[in-house]
Amino acid sequence: MGRYVRFMSLWEYANPVKFIRTTDVVLPWVSVLAVLCLVVGLIWGFFFTPEDYRQGSTVKIIYLHVPAALMAINAWMMMLVASLIWIIRRHHVSALAARAAAPVGAVMTLIALATGALWGQPMWGTWWAWDPRLTSFLILFLFYLGYMALWSAIEDDDTAADLTSILCLVGSVFAVLSRYAVNFWNQGLHQGASLSLDKEENVADVFYFPLLVCIAGFVLLFIALVFLRTQTEIRARRTRALIAREQQG
Amino acid sequence: MMPDLGKYAGAVLSSYAVALGLIVVLVALSIWRARRVKAALDLVEKRNKRHG
Amino acid sequence: MMALLARDLKLAVRAGGGFGLGLAFFLIVTVLVPFGVGPETALLTRIAPGVLWIGALLACLLSLDRILALDWEDGTLDLLATAPLPMEGIVSVKALAHWITTGLPLVLAAPVLGVLLNLAPGGYLWVLVSLAVGTPALSVIGTFGAALTIGLKRGGLLLSLLVLPLYVPTLIFGAEVARRGAEGLEVATPLLLLGGISFGAMALLPFASAAVLRINLR
Repeated sequence: MGRYVRFMSLWEYANPVKFIRTTDVVLPWVSVLAVLCLVVGLIWGFFFTPEDYRQGSTVKIIYLHVPAALMAINAWMMMLVASLIWIIRRHHVSALAARAAAPVGAVMTLIALATGALWGQPMWGTWWAWDPRLTSFLILFLFYLGYMALWSAIEDDDTAADLTSILCLVGSVFAVLSRYAVNFWNQGLHQGASLSLDKEENVADVFYFPLLVCIAGFVLLFIALVFLRTQTEIRARRTRALIAREQQG
Repeated sequence: MMPDLGKYAGAVLSSYAVALGLIVVLVALSIWRARRVKAALDLVEKRNKRHG
Repeated sequence: MMALLARDLKLAVRAGGGFGLGLAFFLIVTVLVPFGVGPETALLTRIAPGVLWIGALLACLLSLDRILALDWEDGTLDLLATAPLPMEGIVSVKALAHWITTGLPLVLAAPVLGVLLNLAPGGYLWVLVSLAVGTPALSVIGTFGAALTIGLKRGGLLLSLLVLPLYVPTLIFGAEVARRGAEGLEVATPLLLLGGISFGAMALLPFASAAVLRINLR
């Protein structure tokens, strides 16, 4: 039970409390902003943008597909950073935030895959092609599944945090390797970047601005969800600690 | 009000439905679990205070 | 270190060590594939390199939990952890022992099984070479997965879920070497990349596996 006692010590206890207090203030604002951006961006995109001359009305899927795909990758990045912070600074909130972000990232990956398949059907004539980007996302989804499964399989909190952090680091390296391997393996059907700084490749302005609003909405939604879920993880752990202490004496 | 989506209406509408559905489920599950865990913690903390 | 290696090899070869199980599995997979896709020789020739690679990978996966589980259960690992040997060395030896008992037989068996799948004549050499270069990476990555799941009661399925995505790059390049070799194309690029992954994994992953083992032994 030593680790629970350690969890109760002042420094480690103060930080989660401060985190909950701060996020309690911030969370409503972020949530409202997220909903606002999503509603405005999606309505703007869905009702008030023209059709693309080649893709017809399917271009409207971009407002979901691209932000979800971005967040799928960024969520993993955030987990990587949080894992590093946990390994180096032993900051409990950081480990729990990584855990909280994983399901959100997995759902974003799923959205990107599903909308991609629905978009691919009319455009490429098939639901699924072993296109490098689609394949990479499928592999990323597997990484998310493994990461979440490892978290829930280990009972001891600190061990779970340590092991998942290392898995996240190793997984990141292999995810990048897979990306290049998959590129090597099959040249794809996918269109180029929709948001690169290179203007030539970019989508047209009419689609660009509502897309930016939608991306902002997805980012804010992600932040709000991670805050909320991290709070939940902190509370769940504190509950476990208190119950353990009750049983002890 | 509804824009004419032409022959791709199925693809566009179903991708909006799938994506928004998934997001709603994720948000609902997060909120539901947050409430449950918070209630459980309150219960335990109250019990702890009473006992000392 | 040599003593540890010799001990691991002896234990694996002894009855109940599971030596040969991987080979039998490899054989079964290779026999089942024609039942699944049909006996057409041209088709089998085309898919043979990929099937051999997948069979070898799955056979390797099957034997992963044996790398560390037995030593964990009887406390040998705790003893090893206190030995003057660094943990990185221990996991490297474990991975090497796994490769000698599982990977190497698979490499040697692959050309024989290639006959069953009607592998193109030029393919035998490259299937052999690609597996010889690639299977060490499979063993090292597998050791990492085994170290992660060592303390878990029902770790087997989780081990597969964790390790399979990590196997993707190795599989892609390995199968690509074998396929190109069988079709008589140039193989240098994927072979170099496969070698890069293999050596990179051998050089770096033992550190991760050792860190994981230390955490689990805490």
